[in-house]
Amino acid sequence: MRTPMLTRRAFVRISSAAAGGVLLSLYFDAPMGAQQPNAPTFPPQAFVHVRPDGTIVIQVNRLEFGQGVQTALPMILADEMDADWSKVVAELAPTADVYKDPLYGLQMTGGSISIPHSFQQYRELGAKARAILVAEAAARWRTTPDRCRTANSVVYGPGGESAQYGQLADDAARRPVPDGVRLKDATEFQLIGKRVRRLDSRPKCDGSQRFGLDLDLPGMQIALLARPAVFGGRVKTFDDRDARALQGVRDVFEIPLVHGTAVAVVADRFWTAKRARDRVKIEWDLTGLERPDSSQLWIQYGRLTRTPGSVAVSRGDNAAIERALPANRIVAEYEFPYLAHMAMEPLNTTVRFDGDRAEAWIPSQAQTMDQAAIAEVLGLKSDEVAFHTEYAGGGFGRRTPLDSHVPREAAAIAKRLRGIPVKLVWTREDDVRGGYYRPMFAHRVEMVIGADGMPAASRHVIVGQSWIVGSGPPWEAALVKNGVDELATEGTADTRYVIPDFHVSAHHPKVNVPVLQWRSVGYTHNAFVMETLVDELATRAKMDPITYRLTLLRTDAKKLRSALTLLQDKIAAWRQNLPRNHAVGVACSEYHDTGVACATEVSIENGRPRIHRVLLTADVGRAVNPLGVESQMQGGVVFGLSQLVAKGAITLKDGAVEQRNFDGCRPPYMHDAPATIDVHLVPSTEAPTACGEPPVPVISPAVVNALFRLTGKRYRTLPLA
Amino acid sequence: MIDGRRIAVCALCVNLSLVAHVTTAADSPISAQSRTPATTTRAQGLLAWQRMYSVLTHPRCVNCHTAGGYPQQGDDRHPHAFNVVRGSSGFGAPAYTCMACHQVSNADATGIPGASGWHLAPLSMKWQSLDDQVLPSATVCRAITDRSKNHNLDGPALLKHHKEDALVLWAFSPGPRSDGTPRSLPPLTHADFVAATRTWVDAGMPCPTR
Amino acid sequence: MALQTIMVNGREVSVDVDPGTPLLWVLREELRMTGTKYGCGIAACGACTVHVAGVATRSCVLPVSLVGKRPIVTIEAMASDPIGRVVQEAWVATDVVQCGYCQSGQIMTAVALLRNTPRPTDAQIEQSMGGNICRCGTYVRIRQAIKQAAQQVRR
Repeated sequence: MRTPMLTRRAFVRISSAAAGGVLLSLYFDAPMGAQQPNAPTFPPQAFVHVRPDGTIVIQVNRLEFGQGVQTALPMILADEMDADWSKVVAELAPTADVYKDPLYGLQMTGGSISIPHSFQQYRELGAKARAILVAEAAARWRTTPDRCRTANSVVYGPGGESAQYGQLADDAARRPVPDGVRLKDATEFQLIGKRVRRLDSRPKCDGSQRFGLDLDLPGMQIALLARPAVFGGRVKTFDDRDARALQGVRDVFEIPLVHGTAVAVVADRFWTAKRARDRVKIEWDLTGLERPDSSQLWIQYGRLTRTPGSVAVSRGDNAAIERALPANRIVAEYEFPYLAHMAMEPLNTTVRFDGDRAEAWIPSQAQTMDQAAIAEVLGLKSDEVAFHTEYAGGGFGRRTPLDSHVPREAAAIAKRLRGIPVKLVWTREDDVRGGYYRPMFAHRVEMVIGADGMPAASRHVIVGQSWIVGSGPPWEAALVKNGVDELATEGTADTRYVIPDFHVSAHHPKVNVPVLQWRSVGYTHNAFVMETLVDELATRAKMDPITYRLTLLRTDAKKLRSALTLLQDKIAAWRQNLPRNHAVGVACSEYHDTGVACATEVSIENGRPRIHRVLLTADVGRAVNPLGVESQMQGGVVFGLSQLVAKGAITLKDGAVEQRNFDGCRPPYMHDAPATIDVHLVPSTEAPTACGEPPVPVISPAVVNALFRLTGKRYRTLPLA
Repeated sequence: MIDGRRIAVCALCVNLSLVAHVTTAADSPISAQSRTPATTTRAQGLLAWQRMYSVLTHPRCVNCHTAGGYPQQGDDRHPHAFNVVRGSSGFGAPAYTCMACHQVSNADATGIPGASGWHLAPLSMKWQSLDDQVLPSATVCRAITDRSKNHNLDGPALLKHHKEDALVLWAFSPGPRSDGTPRSLPPLTHADFVAATRTWVDAGMPCPTR
Repeated sequence: MALQTIMVNGREVSVDVDPGTPLLWVLREELRMTGTKYGCGIAACGACTVHVAGVATRSCVLPVSLVGKRPIVTIEAMASDPIGRVVQEAWVATDVVQCGYCQSGQIMTAVALLRNTPRPTDAQIEQSMGGNICRCGTYVRIRQAIKQAAQQVRR
């Protein structure tokens, strides 16, 4: 029996609280055609369209960039709708108010919020869709909805009648959504909680899946940008004669960047544009620009870690550290370099400007912001820019910078090429050298160990850039307190470990390198610090590292406790058969209400760490698609290894990035990853929480904790040599 | 008597640029055995060997004469990027062979070197230690003259190999790097390398003792 | 610009491009076959992998002028290739893909491996697949899918 869940009053309360107006609406009318070039600028607001042949097209209000949302969100809706899953087709929604995140009021994908924020939303959408279909059927059969039932896209009446959703949809669309729509009881779920294979597998295996970079429009031109080696540089002069001599080059001109200027080269082919760009001779004006240098920055950062910063957390006795005996103190200094995202699909944006309107195609994590940025550059209003969301070849945070710089660049070029669609492409070199990295961070921690072996006091200074400080609404007010950017201290400031005297402060130096969130953000470095320090304390206390953590955690750290307890259970077998030169390391981390714990078995081969296997446990609340969650956990572990692999970082010398491509900035390849990553989810009926980012922070500390057992060394400077 | 013949070798048309590689060599049909021993002394042969050794241990050659499961690249002879492996045959792994990238001639447009049959020298022809140190002159000389290791090549066959093998020829015409700068060349021209080889073969392929 | 003829997926096609143009861009832009992907342009990632005369080849560094008469096969032809089909099915059954951008190259490489080595060991899988980058981190599932496909491939 369905449990009454949502009265109309409650629904109104939720929707009016959400920024951005209308939260939910349903129309069953003309096909969405969301990604056809001739779709109207404002497609009708809809999340689900049922075609007469029974196909169910569900709009996904997020970017699909690998995390599986184009399967998970439709699963939720289809389940409540009692839809035939084999008839479901997912589309990535274009930009419209109705597709904004219900809590943030922006159409965006990031922070692992897609399922947590839209779980209830898509359930309600599915329930309402079902309600209207049933109301239509009931009316036809002159009975009442409560005497009908649904299964697999069919409504069944009390007298043996039945009707397919496809037969009912057109008429049902005209009905008002009734009050008091009921959501299923969890025991009735047909899809939610089941291992469901992705809807987009086949096209991604046969070459037919189109990504942003694959877009092909009539008359389209390709644009590349020649940008300065130092961020903020401006074009002084440029000579494009040799470039223009190449057949197929259409134009060469200067455009403004968010900081500085660049030379745009436009041609009818990528290779022509690339050759032409190589031929443009540019004199750059770099006067007055700060030229960051990694070795200089480490010195500067090191000094800052020894001075108190803006206070993030201060509880207990500030002087406890000074009073402690040296034997009971640990001082640990950490260095984390710049990291590039390096999603497999290089950045790209396609824009066509028609004077009074524009059209854009972007694999975007920030549709609302990107649309507004394009509109601003072109002198239009946001709703005069039709915006298509393309599938993205990865993102990891790179496709949502606050300044929407790539869409801005593309719009500036499109403005000059009026009426012609132009695809701006960043080459891999542009991507590796183009900034917006996970910032460099330095940490200094002074910890006092109590008589019980637990940390009694900690003074922790964190130094690293913030892209939120000075950014204004909406994020600055939400994230910056007392001059401290939460995104720099998360993982430390919000630790679930009980440390009575706990002082965390931060410095946010201004450096001429654009920075950005990188999958799991502040946890990337903070979790590393906390989990390696805790491990060190466990070793000193001669306690098992999992037992130590369970002892040290707050009693209400429910998700971490459940993940650690499950891990403890699952790796018992590991320890029995461990080869002599192998060691096990563990770590845990809580990211946005999801608890993850990880164990890894490591040895050293040819002087390099070899990761044999990983076991990961996670408490994500209710797992909507456990198969998809498992993939995210596995993928996040491998992505997290980016922090460890030798030559995996970005460095600067005299103002310029030293790396060019994957040769200089190396991502994890297959042999860097373990052969197996076993994932165990804590069974739960709680609300779904984050899945994409939580696994990333745990693998690096787990690996170095294992390495300690092999070498006796603590590794506090990343990446590993 | 030496029957002089000039041989012009023209090879390697690459993309937009034409690279004409011309080798002239006085080719003698008379085997080394019938040559008057007094014409090439052991000392002259050892000097010639040292000249050969300077070529063999130049990165353009030694990078593919590794001791381990991978080639090297670059003048700094770092392990070849992107996890390229020797494989069981020296041609790479079954789905990741040398030919995945290296074609029959240099690809100037993309900076990838190429020559017909690009592959690693067999392990019997390693000229480095397992930790990538170039082996001493005497060791390399012994390996090259050991017919159980060198595919059973005698002096004239070694000379022919140095004269004609596609990969040997490549070392002297290695093409541009991906940034457009020319790859560094061995210290001798191909002609001089062949001449040195001839002298060495004539001298009976002497090897230094240390 | 020069006119030249190449053989792609069994068809002869003529293209008029600069001879130095990498095969990758000839496929993507002249022939509008976008299944083969651009990931790096320096043969570091394998996203551009095609088969040239049966050899897994990185098309981003192969100037079209060096192709000659060798037949080219791309990801678009894998559905009609016996091993290609098996590999695709294994990929779908194992739910390998995430963003999917690298997977054309992964599949082309895996097909070449299985054609040569129908029952590859873990080490052989790693050696042949070890030059293909996946930023989403699907390596574990790729290994599983290759092993599954190996069981289905008939000699």
